[in-house]
Amino acid sequence: MTTLDETRFAAQSAVRPKRGNVFIALSLLLAVIAVFSLAIGPTGISLQALPRAIAAALGYAPEGTAERDRLVLIDLRMPRTLLAAFVGAALATAGAMMQGLFRNPLADPGLIGVSAGAALAAVATIVLGNTVGAPIVSLLGIYALPVAAFFGGLITTIGLVAIAARRGQLAIGTLLLAGIAVGAFASSISGFLAYASDDRELRDLTLWSMGSLSGASWQKVLAVLPFAIALTFLVPRLTRALNGFLLGEAEALHLGIDTERTKRLTVVTTATAVGAAVAVAGVIGFVGLVVPHVMRLISGPDNRVVIPGSALLGAALVIFADIVARMAVRPAELPIGIVLALVGAPVFLHLVLKRGVGGWE
Amino acid sequence: MLEARNVSVRRGSKALIAQASLAIVPGRLTAIIGPNGAGKSTLLRTIAGELKPSEGNVFLDGTDIARIPVARLAARRSVVSQASTLTFPFTVLEVVMLGATVPGFALRDADAAAAAQDALTSVGLHSFAPRLINELSGGERQRVHIARAICQMNTARRHPGERAAILLDEPTASLDLKHQDDVLSLVKAQSQNGRAVLLVIHDLNLAAAFADEIVLMAEGRIVAQGDPNDILNEELLSHTFGCRLRVEAFSDGRRLVLPNAISRKMGRGVAAE
Repeated sequence: MTTLDETRFAAQSAVRPKRGNVFIALSLLLAVIAVFSLAIGPTGISLQALPRAIAAALGYAPEGTAERDRLVLIDLRMPRTLLAAFVGAALATAGAMMQGLFRNPLADPGLIGVSAGAALAAVATIVLGNTVGAPIVSLLGIYALPVAAFFGGLITTIGLVAIAARRGQLAIGTLLLAGIAVGAFASSISGFLAYASDDRELRDLTLWSMGSLSGASWQKVLAVLPFAIALTFLVPRLTRALNGFLLGEAEALHLGIDTERTKRLTVVTTATAVGAAVAVAGVIGFVGLVVPHVMRLISGPDNRVVIPGSALLGAALVIFADIVARMAVRPAELPIGIVLALVGAPVFLHLVLKRGVGGWE
Repeated sequence: MLEARNVSVRRGSKALIAQASLAIVPGRLTAIIGPNGAGKSTLLRTIAGELKPSEGNVFLDGTDIARIPVARLAARRSVVSQASTLTFPFTVLEVVMLGATVPGFALRDADAAAAAQDALTSVGLHSFAPRLINELSGGERQRVHIARAICQMNTARRHPGERAAILLDEPTASLDLKHQDDVLSLVKAQSQNGRAVLLVIHDLNLAAAFADEIVLMAEGRIVAQGDPNDILNEELLSHTFGCRLRVEAFSDGRRLVLPNAISRKMGRGVAAE
């Protein structure tokens, strides 16, 4: 006979997979999806032809390589896949870090107004680019939009930190509320600009606000490379400290964590990641909220697994969504934001319902 | 030794603590008692380094803790806060392992897990490691957090002669009688092992039973401190708490505080035995 205590024990035990195994599995998933992303598109490259095309792309052209395959691969698929990976990794990492800092599974990079600030700058560039902003736009050329979006996000973040800092300390509650207010304010100005825009501008900014990777190029890949390197270097240094924050800010301090430094670095890191992602791909929601949540279902809440794991899973998810975006209505393309919401929302709901609320209350 | 010297903490014009001086000594258990709003938790959090004093300083072995790096400080003292809550589904082992992550002293996962398991055993929860903390009872959860604090003191390296301190803010709040006793015995054992222990507690009789020294606070000031038998004084307590209290003395010198209402019902001379 099983006693009540034993059944309770069985129900409450949690088995955690090994950290290394989680990373290996996610890396494999990412690699497989990336290979498919190189092969699949309106112009298909068969999986048999792929190695030859890749070899050609690297400068070795074996017999029978189709020039078309090589061009499609180098000029379109590769930058697009790399950019999708960066955007997914950046957004998911930012989401995981925000959730860790705010101790709230519903936190999202969008929550503290960073994406709204970046979006406002981009909308302003689209709408005012032909008139008031013409000199700047003509100076920066095709980089005007990403540069504006990035600095829009950065300026919003600096403003937020200035508002929420009191006597040298960053108040997390104030940061959150101020972020919501600043985000709403930025969105309302974006709305006003949209209202004042003409039809062509309106279409441009609507599409941009749904996110897309169709403009991927090697220039954009090079532009995000420094951010990718910086994030790879910075983020792992924060994961342990963010674990302490899961107990509470005071407890983190008691555990010997420099809480002020952690808060500032986390806010700046997430803002940079989101700013760079929004700059090259427009506004893509959902990834930052859902990917860390799924990671926690897989591995438990240890941020040393959740945060790097979210980067891998986020990259895989966005590459996958981008494949769907370019195949679903080919030769046209869907905005990737629509794909992610359409596919992701039901999956997320399923996960939440199946696992209670994922263990959090 | 952790020592607050003439510490005041102000919020706006209100003084939460005024001119409080208190030393906690290795091998001794010090209990802070006093009415609600007396500044007990504020004093504990100030000594922990969480709140910065508006005046005065807190010293660790003679050095102002404001000048000690947080990680260095964390190697010397651990803290069990009032009602730590975890939003995410951590297992008991994972929570206790956080105690072994003080920057600069962090252990490898396998060693941290072993240390955490030792700490869990010392609080009587050795079989609880894989359970989810949000699903434990209040008493069990409290012991997990104490295990975390013990684990922190067990794993962080200290120089020879440096002693550890554990600070606990109302560790027995909302626990039943058995668990109050369990938790305090546990904490007492830590002090008997040479650690300095400071705790905030509401139950005067438990404080008297376990503490080596009692600090009585009211309105942000330390009203009295010393041997439990000196502090459990009818006049002093009745005045401090603003209500009639009875102190019954047993023949062996131990004392028991009773609210007047209970004491009246039982009649005088409960302690006559």
